Amino acid sequence: MQKDLVSISEISKDDIELILDTASSFRDVLRRDIKKVPTLRGKTVVNLFFEPSTRTRTSFELAEKRLSTDVFNFSVPTSSVVKGESLLDTVRTIQSYGADYIVIRHSASGVPHFIAQNSAASVINAGDGINEHPTQALLDAFTIREQKKEIKGLEIALVGDIVHSRVARSNILCLLKLGANLRLIGPPTLIPNTLPKGIKVFYDMDEGLNGVDVIMMLRIQMERMGKGFFPSTREYFKLWGINQERLAIACKDAIVMHPGPMNRGIEISSEVADCPQSVILEQVTNGIAVRMAVLYLLGGSKNAE
Amino acid sequence: MWVLKLMSKELLNTKDFERIISRIAHEIIEKNKGTDNLCLVGIQRGGVHIAERISAKIKSIENVSLAVGSLDISLYRDDIGMKKSQPTVRRTDISFDITDQKVILVDDVLFTGRSIRAAMDALMDFGRPAQIQLAVLVDRGHRELPIRADYAGKNIPTSLHENIEVQFREDGLEDKVLLIENAG
Repeated sequence: MQKDLVSISEISKDDIELILDTASSFRDVLRRDIKKVPTLRGKTVVNLFFEPSTRTRTSFELAEKRLSTDVFNFSVPTSSVVKGESLLDTVRTIQSYGADYIVIRHSASGVPHFIAQNSAASVINAGDGINEHPTQALLDAFTIREQKKEIKGLEIALVGDIVHSRVARSNILCLLKLGANLRLIGPPTLIPNTLPKGIKVFYDMDEGLNGVDVIMMLRIQMERMGKGFFPSTREYFKLWGINQERLAIACKDAIVMHPGPMNRGIEISSEVADCPQSVILEQVTNGIAVRMAVLYLLGGSKNAE
Repeated sequence: MWVLKLMSKELLNTKDFERIISRIAHEIIEKNKGTDNLCLVGIQRGGVHIAERISAKIKSIENVSLAVGSLDISLYRDDIGMKKSQPTVRRTDISFDITDQKVILVDDVLFTGRSIRAAMDALMDFGRPAQIQLAVLVDRGHRELPIRADYAGKNIPTSLHENIEVQFREDGLEDKVLLIENAG
């Protein structure tokens, strides 16, 4: 493993598989009465969030605590960034606190790369702009593997706002590396023009869901959109939302995933969100295990010089 | 590779291996005056094979099946981050309650004692055993912690330039213990 995890595009298939295998051991740890292991005691992690996030930050924080690290949170509204400090100065300051890991989320794409180059700490990208969200893709791959045993050859559909979604981008890269067959479903305004080879695009939801094993719904990202991508949320749900009738078009044992937070009634109906085929809550638990695996595996690279 | 082969020496063959397992099984029963409240936990990977075999032997002597668990100690090591890459985390599977049980911890080679320290810490996270006893196939010396085996198959004094390699039929090889001299 390298020092940092900033993008799926920069890690190999072998590394992805190593992370997923290691995560299953941590999944077992999370099932025990004592869910904490002493593995990374003495290490310090800073969660540096320049964008609001509850679940990703909570998931990272739990993963960090379960591995016995010392954690501190550095969030923008309370930090000196609002007082005009430059990004590099913020990073240098954090470095001086003795951080071994920096978990970073930023609204600008590429910030984690910049920090990784300018810091001795291991940097983990927790989402940068519309670029990538690697740990989300890894936890999704882990969840699919847990449910379907093998990812290779599966028909997987990503539905919704692909173009603004770093989750979609990381997932596409990750699932292609693992050998899945991908389909993108959504309105033409929300599907990127250039795509890696071999991905099928459907503008019609019913057509696209035919024969899929995994349905990954994406959140409609109101905060990243100007107006005009689709007429109304009601129309969106009618055309590209998932409901029980549509779920019946997919394979019988198809699973439904969502990275959260869900907009019930916009991209997913309540019945589908709560049905037995939905693995949305498993994704949440698996997220902790996968992030523990990433922290553990990156920890070895620091003294490798 | 032929150089390496020349420098390896067989310490225990298949027959020795079997006799040792048999003796350790008898000693465990004798020392504990039976098999009440006993369970076995093997340290990944070699210890798990040995624990399974001891359990099978005890079954053939006393007709009692002892619970066997497997334990991976990677997350409890004291050298995390000191090596180039992290050790592979293997499965820990202790599906029974160890609280108030006498746990026989099993490993293939006892060396510095650090793995055993890690294993004991890991066990404590699963419960509060009444006792932990240690069984090993080979004790090669060079302890760095105050730890000793309750049941040792064979004491083999070694130098730090040497390595002990244990092979198992479970991995498709012949049961065997080899002493390998490192060129350095």
